[in-house]
Amino acid sequence: MSEPSDSRGRAIAKVKPFLQELEAKPFWANLREHKLTAQRCKSCGKFFTYPPQGSCPHCLSTDYEWTTLSGKGKVYSFVSYHRAWHPSYEGKTPYNVSLVDLDEGPRLISNVIGCPYDQVKIGMNVEVVYEDHEEYTLPKFRPA
Amino acid sequence: MGNISGKYAIVGVAETKVGKRPDASTHSLHLECIKACLDDAGLKASDVDGFITNQPLNDAHRSYAVRMSNMARMHPNYATDLALGGATPIAMVQNAVMAIEAGMANTVLCVHARKRGTPDPSPGNPIRHGDEHWEEPWGHFSAVANHAFAAQRHMHDFGTTSEDLAHVAVATRKHACMNGNATMRKPMTVADHQASRFICEPLRLFDCALESDGGGAVIVTSAERARDFPKKPVAILGMGQHHPHFSLMDAPSLTTLGGKNSSALAYKMAGLSPKDMNFAEIYDCFTITTMITLEDYGFCKKGEGKDFVKNGRIEIGGELPVNTHGGLLSQAHIEGMLHVTEAARQLRGNEVEPERQVKNAKAGIVSGHGGSLCMHASLILGAL
Repeated sequence: MSEPSDSRGRAIAKVKPFLQELEAKPFWANLREHKLTAQRCKSCGKFFTYPPQGSCPHCLSTDYEWTTLSGKGKVYSFVSYHRAWHPSYEGKTPYNVSLVDLDEGPRLISNVIGCPYDQVKIGMNVEVVYEDHEEYTLPKFRPA
Repeated sequence: MGNISGKYAIVGVAETKVGKRPDASTHSLHLECIKACLDDAGLKASDVDGFITNQPLNDAHRSYAVRMSNMARMHPNYATDLALGGATPIAMVQNAVMAIEAGMANTVLCVHARKRGTPDPSPGNPIRHGDEHWEEPWGHFSAVANHAFAAQRHMHDFGTTSEDLAHVAVATRKHACMNGNATMRKPMTVADHQASRFICEPLRLFDCALESDGGGAVIVTSAERARDFPKKPVAILGMGQHHPHFSLMDAPSLTTLGGKNSSALAYKMAGLSPKDMNFAEIYDCFTITTMITLEDYGFCKKGEGKDFVKNGRIEIGGELPVNTHGGLLSQAHIEGMLHVTEAARQLRGNEVEPERQVKNAKAGIVSGHGGSLCMHASLILGAL
């Protein structure tokens, strides 16, 4: 199947998450119940990073469990999009995208919402909010 | 294994006309480079027994190297295509050296073309970088933003400003204005840069590379054979790679990247240090990339890039001329292939416009950087 592409032949961005990804299915299922979860290794006790993967990035053990996180974290870095790369963002610029370091260790690329885009700061404390869509739920963050 | 510094050399160099090439497909650009490079080295296609190419994003064929070598009726004993983003061109030269050192080939042609300035209708799927499905649902779509994250962090940690980054864009444009094969040849001032719009704040339009059509190629062989070629050979003195992460979600740092370890390996192989470099061709997909790489390569301390890039220091005639061809920012974006060809041409000594020739150039370093700031390759070239 050919992917849709833009005038320069580049893949067009998709705005829906890819819910079929095998290792990530629990992540998306838990979000439907408003739980932000990450894989935690039962051998070395460390948290995996995102995206989910089949074995522990620290010790390669395949023995892990999905663990509910506090949902609290800090902004590691952030940007403000002034250009819409996808039609669904037309008229919504500027908007924030942040690297959020969760207190338990894993980092997510997400949005800080609930404050003006130019008020986001590195080191800002944030907490998860759940944005429900028809088929999926996205974790986003607001100032804590 | 002994040190192979100086044992291999570049004996053919070519680049296409760059910019908008609406009538040339990606593979046509590759073929154009192949022909020009063979001519430069005085070789026929049948003289080439090793062939390495990039894996183009928008001309998605598997086994691209075999497809391309066959189109030129080369039947190599060693072929591969590489996909290390902007680190690919340097990695191609490194693979060529390895193939010859291993006895699998004697004469290796490395070609990298890219078509992003005008459309290339292709039946294959465009290749994705990977992990976009963990970015796009939150509105994160672009390489600009990945580098804007790094710029924001550099600004936070070291006090760097947008105006500091402007000096990189201005110096690079100055060099492009001297290059007959550069896309952007209108002089730029710091004020012009500051007046350009934000694309992904804190990066502005003039912090960003061009989108281009074009390509480049080099031919690598042993230093022993190199002296028999028509043009002055350029020695391969040092090589390194380092890949510290894949996604920004597991990047250990946004302000020290793979270039630190990659350049250390290259300096060690060459037995040289930053002060021995007469020029540097630094991958400049964004101005912040140049600044971080200059720091990682040891030309200044971490965080001092903002001062290093000012007062003409990185301009031709300055302490360390950087991107003497105009770089990805102002010449063309061929994923760094033209950084390699420019370094080789500077060291040949008689190929670039006299006003942008680095005087008495004996050695220079080239950087390649790709993906989510995750891939890095370094190459030190010198007079043979």
